[in-house]
Amino acid sequence: MLNIEIDGKATQVAPGTSVIEAAIALDIYIPHFCYHKKLSIAANCRMCLVEVEKAPKPLPACATPVTEGMKVHTASPLAVGAQKGVMEFLLINHPLDCPICDQGGECQLQDLAVGYGASASRYLEAKRVVFHKDLGPLISAEEMTRCIQCTRCIRFSQEIGGYMEFGMINRGEHAEIVSFVGKTIDSELSGNTIDLCPVGALTSKPFRFTARTWELSRRKSVSPHDSLGSNLVVQVKGDRVMRVLPLENEAINECWISDKDRFSYDALNGPERLRTPRIRQGGQWQDVDWPTALDFVVQGLSDIVARHGAPALGALVSPHATLEEAALAARLVRGLGSDNIDSRLRQSDFRGDAHAAGIPWLGMPVAEVSTLERVLVVGSFLRKDHPLVAQRLRQVARKGTVVSMLHSVDDDWLIKVAHKSIVAPSALVSSLAGVVVAAAAARGVAAPAAFAGIAPTVAEKAIAEAFTEGKRAAIFLGNYAVQHADFAQLHAAAQALAQITGATLGFLTEAANSVGAQLAGAVPQAGGMNAAAMLAEPRKAYLVLHAEADYDFARPQAARAAFRNAELTVVLTPFAQGLDDADVLLPVSPFTETAGSFVNCEGRLQDFHGVVKPAGDTRPGWKVLRVLGTLLKLPGFDAEAATDVRALVTSGAADLMAKLDNGTRLALSAPVAAPVDAGQGPGTPAERVADVPIYFADPLVRRSRPLALTVDSRPPTARMHASLLATLGVKDGGEVRVRQGGGEAVLTATADAAVPPGVLRLAAAHPSTSHLDGLSGPVTLERA
Amino acid sequence: MLSADLTRKIDRELTKYPPDQKQSAVMAALGYAQDEHGWLSTDLMDAVARYLDMPPVAVYEVASFYTMYNMRPQGRFKVTICTNLPCALSGANAAANHLKEKLGVDFNETTADGKFTLKEGECMGACGDAPVLLVNDRRMCGHMSHAKLDELVGELSAAADRGEGRPGFDPEHGIHVK
Amino acid sequence: MNAPSEFLDYGPDAVLMAGLTGSNWRLKDYEARGGYEALRRILAEKTPPEDIIAEMKKSALRGRGGAGFPTGLKWSFMPKNYVGDKYVVCNSDEGEPGTFKDRDILRYNPHAVIEGMAIGAYAMRANRGYNYIHGEIWDTYLRCEEAVEEAYAAGLLGANILGSDFSFHLYNHHGFGAYICGEETALLESIEGKKGQPRFKPPFPASFGVYGKPTTINNTETFAAAAWIARHGGEAFLNLGRPNNGGTKIFSVSGDVARPGNFEVKLGTPFATLLEMAGGMRDGRPLKACIPGGSSMPVLPGEIMLQTDMDYDSIAKAGSMLGSGAVIVMNDTRCMVRSLLRLSYFYFEESCGQCTPCREGTGWLWRMVHRIEHGEGRMEDLDVLNSVSDNIIGRTICALGDAAAMPVKSFIKHFRDEFAYHIEHKRCLVDPYV
Ligand SMILES: Cc1cc2nc3c(=O)[nH]c(=O)nc-3n(C[C@H](O)[C@H](O)[C@H](O)COP(=O)(O)O)c2cc1C
Ligand code: SF4
Ligand code: FES
Repeated sequence: MLNIEIDGKATQVAPGTSVIEAAIALDIYIPHFCYHKKLSIAANCRMCLVEVEKAPKPLPACATPVTEGMKVHTASPLAVGAQKGVMEFLLINHPLDCPICDQGGECQLQDLAVGYGASASRYLEAKRVVFHKDLGPLISAEEMTRCIQCTRCIRFSQEIGGYMEFGMINRGEHAEIVSFVGKTIDSELSGNTIDLCPVGALTSKPFRFTARTWELSRRKSVSPHDSLGSNLVVQVKGDRVMRVLPLENEAINECWISDKDRFSYDALNGPERLRTPRIRQGGQWQDVDWPTALDFVVQGLSDIVARHGAPALGALVSPHATLEEAALAARLVRGLGSDNIDSRLRQSDFRGDAHAAGIPWLGMPVAEVSTLERVLVVGSFLRKDHPLVAQRLRQVARKGTVVSMLHSVDDDWLIKVAHKSIVAPSALVSSLAGVVVAAAAARGVAAPAAFAGIAPTVAEKAIAEAFTEGKRAAIFLGNYAVQHADFAQLHAAAQALAQITGATLGFLTEAANSVGAQLAGAVPQAGGMNAAAMLAEPRKAYLVLHAEADYDFARPQAARAAFRNAELTVVLTPFAQGLDDADVLLPVSPFTETAGSFVNCEGRLQDFHGVVKPAGDTRPGWKVLRVLGTLLKLPGFDAEAATDVRALVTSGAADLMAKLDNGTRLALSAPVAAPVDAGQGPGTPAERVADVPIYFADPLVRRSRPLALTVDSRPPTARMHASLLATLGVKDGGEVRVRQGGGEAVLTATADAAVPPGVLRLAAAHPSTSHLDGLSGPVTLERA
Repeated sequence: MLSADLTRKIDRELTKYPPDQKQSAVMAALGYAQDEHGWLSTDLMDAVARYLDMPPVAVYEVASFYTMYNMRPQGRFKVTICTNLPCALSGANAAANHLKEKLGVDFNETTADGKFTLKEGECMGACGDAPVLLVNDRRMCGHMSHAKLDELVGELSAAADRGEGRPGFDPEHGIHVK
Repeated sequence: MNAPSEFLDYGPDAVLMAGLTGSNWRLKDYEARGGYEALRRILAEKTPPEDIIAEMKKSALRGRGGAGFPTGLKWSFMPKNYVGDKYVVCNSDEGEPGTFKDRDILRYNPHAVIEGMAIGAYAMRANRGYNYIHGEIWDTYLRCEEAVEEAYAAGLLGANILGSDFSFHLYNHHGFGAYICGEETALLESIEGKKGQPRFKPPFPASFGVYGKPTTINNTETFAAAAWIARHGGEAFLNLGRPNNGGTKIFSVSGDVARPGNFEVKLGTPFATLLEMAGGMRDGRPLKACIPGGSSMPVLPGEIMLQTDMDYDSIAKAGSMLGSGAVIVMNDTRCMVRSLLRLSYFYFEESCGQCTPCREGTGWLWRMVHRIEHGEGRMEDLDVLNSVSDNIIGRTICALGDAAAMPVKSFIKHFRDEFAYHIEHKRCLVDPYV
């Protein structure tokens, strides 16, 4: 440790600490613009100049490492003189248009100018004007004259986003921030640059000119999207959500949020909101009041249970529903005598259920991901499914962590991936088995008997051998692995690998409340039917929470048919949806209009409050379920508050953690390659790999209008290897007919070298593909 | 977009740098690309980016930072004359004015026939030969008296008539670069 | 001791440039002049690297690129036990207005630089090198490519040079028009294929240079001198000049002299002698002012210059700096406002733009001088010019900020009357002749 003194305060800091970091630790504020704790040091704004004794000139605190005995003065005449000089330079070319600037009230330049700026300008010359830029639907760069060239946005895109989308062209006074000529900023983390920009150069396009910051109240919340549970500040004006910002939480989202977290709020105020209960009678939808709707549901459910028995009822709960909603839905179905409930809507292989040791989870705290030395990610569209977990891995990979990938498409995670095995879906288990065999060989232990005869490929060996070094190692199963047709065996093989290598086995888990929904009982517990079974053997009545037949299920066709043919399908949803299939739509609150909680991938329960009044006649989902339970005269529906419901589920963190366990007792079996041709109709057989595109993934985000304009929201194309295109006689950009399970779709075909031969990569959760049978499995292809 | 000759030249440059530092060849690559195409269009920079595994914006940064890269179409011959102080003390401004009159253009403009673009340059490290100028970035001429300027313009004009020099300027649309 | 007329005339004291004709640049010619003897001897005798560095220190050779840092000391900063590539980089990005000596070295005597770099690499245990050549001198770059090829072919570069266990791979890299790339860390960024934006130091290149590897950067003339020193000894070089100012120095004399050109003289030679070598003042007009070390250095009035000797310490005492050795001479017809305007425009255009004081300040300075030159100045502007300069100096990432500010301060200091006259009368004090 080094002894230093800043403004007379003595302290000890570690070698390598910068003066500004030491000052922050001492609670001494040094003005700055370019410095950001999560970004590399640029030292270009020069605002942080301080006086260091014995140094001939003022030094930038952000870039100056402390040395033993260093004495720093941050507010001496020399330091303040230097800072004021820099502030004057920053202001000479800055348009002093604060009254009309969106950043007004939260502008670092404005704040510091008050303290360090001179009252009258000595600058008499003409001010520079910088042309505005079009960076796409999310970030406004209309006022680039305000830019102070701190390069935070550039460094963010390179270091955190993983790809240099921003740059500074020209030089000197002509320097300008740009994206490549005519290109938009497409990173799934791009919105963070808005927060990083210390002035009003980069602002939020959807938010622009809608409110002044001081009119907004700030409310804490939790992201309802991916399984990270990013902490949010939701800013509201009256009853309207105006903007969403990150709430810093080093243990979870650090100071970032994904664009999905940031811009999905648009859907809250969108035209598709359901504002009154609706029931369909005689094929006609009508708006009704709550008592009528609830009465209709209660009568219907009671009647069906009476006529067909309780197992005729099934409940399908979105993993984006709150813990409270899931808990009361589970209580309600079980109260009526049915155990048919599930929240794993996109999963198709449930053969492991009987062998599972507990609820799957990350296997470690999120923050621990940043300390891993060896990582294998199996079956994940990592960057789009878990943008901020990917970001953590990106950071450690830069520092030497060996990240490997086992997947069915060679996606660019913008992470330095050391080893890859990219195989068709039907070969995924055997490739993982290859890694297991190679790991056993590397460790000098016997390979599992079930994998006898498997000869690892070079890639599989490399992946396995990476695990022989490095102490902190993990194997993560992604959403794609869990949705895979052979998930149970993947799970067992991954566990075998973890045991051999000493790595931790974890699940990235799909949604904001994937863990919480299972904790709340939204999985069969006493031999009831799982999600796939409930659709394969249709029920007479369905209770659906926040899910959409077309987009949120492993097999959308089956879901649609089941709902349509059931006697009663009740959907609790914030949006008018499923109008062809449902019988009752009950408007329930999105996360901003209700109290609730989510349990994230690391098993952390995070509760939140409603930040605005429910829209129209919308009611919090848990309250609707409570009333239904009461009307159905079921016991245990007297919770007064969301906290009471929570108490029904878990007594606290220790109890909760005890239920999480990634173990499986399923025996390993020899991988079998499924036959590709399964009679899907005429054409060339192929295997389908489906990603769930980031902005189609849940009902809220898929209705955000700004996000719908992004590159990630482009309609899916049928992506395949050029060799498959050639077989089909289809040109890149031509049309192809895809058949799957009796459904078909005509799509644009794209050549994609990242897709293995014989594989069709075709996204799910989109209208153009929702008539196909499922996320995985055989398809046939034909020139259209 | 990148001709065989161009990629051969780039490949030779690549041998100068460690294999994981392909970006180091970008300056030379852009230079040769400019020799062939006359200027650096977005497509051309994109192609160079792909060839060198660089983010396109990083190529754009480089291209716009160094003054000898043409970010717009130019005349067949770009004539850059140094007017910095040492040259100015030895007649550079008179030479520049002579060129302007002779070609009928100002700095940063292209003659209507597409033959010449005139540019003002900074110190070329040849102040002893002032006035100095550079033709298409590659050929330096010193001691440029009016007579020598006339001679040079004549020579280049004839060369342009023979289709020599760089492509890029489109006389039909009379692009004047301002 | 005047060189025979078929030889290029760098003056009677020339050692680095002695015997050059303009066409005897090839390897065989250089070897005929005794070239590569030093490298051969060092490799044959397995001279300890420390001895070479000691010899450099003894020579009192100071960097010829502008900052005048002692070369031997710089070489001793390279980490000795580093495992991995180490680099030696030659700064031939000669762009400082008034400087044109490195071009002559490279086109007439390229092997001297190659040998100097190889010896430097040996002394610093470096195995790779780049010569960064100013983009505007393309034909010189091509010549350097040829010279390097010759050296490789003769086994003087590459793996196991002359059968020794010393390997040194040298390549030429050319610029494309950016003065700032002469700044050593901007130059490194440029080699890496980036914009030439200087890096903040620390870390210094010796620990984090090109590609993050230990790197030493020297000027072209410095390497050429190093080769000479390795052959003739540090003592001999020191004795050419003065204590602390060892050796000869090539001065590029430009402006209002009868015969602009390069002259290699012993450090300590009186300015008056140098002026005489350049043929004296053009048309016999009086000397008004001189910038003795390249446009970034303070200007000095003629009468001060005429009493100054050309070495680091003497010029510093006179109130300027030797810099790169570019001597810009101005006669009595030169308007100081207009001269400063052109220089200020240069720094404004060449600022890389990353750090605030330089990016904003150079434009401000230029615009103020522009206003004064165009008859829109105010007396207060002179103080503002000074104060803006002070707010730049010492507050930027690299020395371009200082380089932009120092001319401003010195022009106003020595020629305030002329600026005042301009402001009052909205025209030049002098009647400029063409
Ligand atoms: C703006 C600026 C421009 C420079 N230009 C050159 C140059 O053209 N050539 C050069 O050798 N050094 C130049 N230098 C100095 C270099 O940074 C560096 O000090 C020098 O190359 C070191 O070599 P030396 O020790 O042999 O002089 C420049 C410095 C600055 C700040
Ligand atoms: S002083 Fe000027 S040239 Fe140097 S880093 Fe700063 S902006 Fe760039
Ligand atoms: S914060 Fe230190 S220079 Fe910008």
